[in-house]
Amino acid sequence: MQVTVKTFAHLRDRLGFAESAAEVPEDACVLDVWQSITDGSEMPRSVLAAVNLDYAAADTRVHDGDEVAFFPPVTGG
Amino acid sequence: MSVELRTGVFEPWRELADAPDGGLGAGAYGATCAFVGTMRDFNEGDAVSRMVLEHYPGMTERQLEAIVEEERAAHGLLAARVIHRVGPIEPGEPIVLVAVWAAHRREAFAGGRAIMEALKSRAPFWKHEQTSAGGRWVEHNTKG
Repeated sequence: MQVTVKTFAHLRDRLGFAESAAEVPEDACVLDVWQSITDGSEMPRSVLAAVNLDYAAADTRVHDGDEVAFFPPVTGG
Repeated sequence: MSVELRTGVFEPWRELADAPDGGLGAGAYGATCAFVGTMRDFNEGDAVSRMVLEHYPGMTERQLEAIVEEERAAHGLLAARVIHRVGPIEPGEPIVLVAVWAAHRREAFAGGRAIMEALKSRAPFWKHEQTSAGGRWVEHNTKG
């Protein structure tokens, strides 16, 4: 199945893309999506994730067509 | 309850002067508390000439709305208003307005503070600042 991956701020600079499509297995979770875009690397503690605009943990299951985002700690306000 | 993102300069005190009752009507509330965050021209010991506020369209609004609703319920707020800048911003310009209306000062102070702290830790915004040494991402918030 396919998910849309978005990245933000310095994580986008580091990964080299703002938006991309990722092919992952049917039972994939957020961590699997991270590994599919980083050649299998560990997901650093400082990386935050969201699925369909809500914060999500590394073990959150994803589904076909989901939007999965990765970004660094937020610094607004 | 209202949440807005603005791409241009806004005047928080004018916004409040134009709607001082938060839409509640005279007599419906007894306390109003407002916080304005303004861009500094320094950060972590360096002069900052300019900044860009990146956000995650869709998620930022959704998180801000969730924060306002949670703190409204937790503190018994009667109304709340949040305005936050996105895009390029210059020193001296307002970044954020959080205004709340409640029956009494305790709820107003506590609820306004809670919205601001939740925004700092949960709302997806990222600051990229320009210093004499070049551009850099702000990596963590200053202590409140």
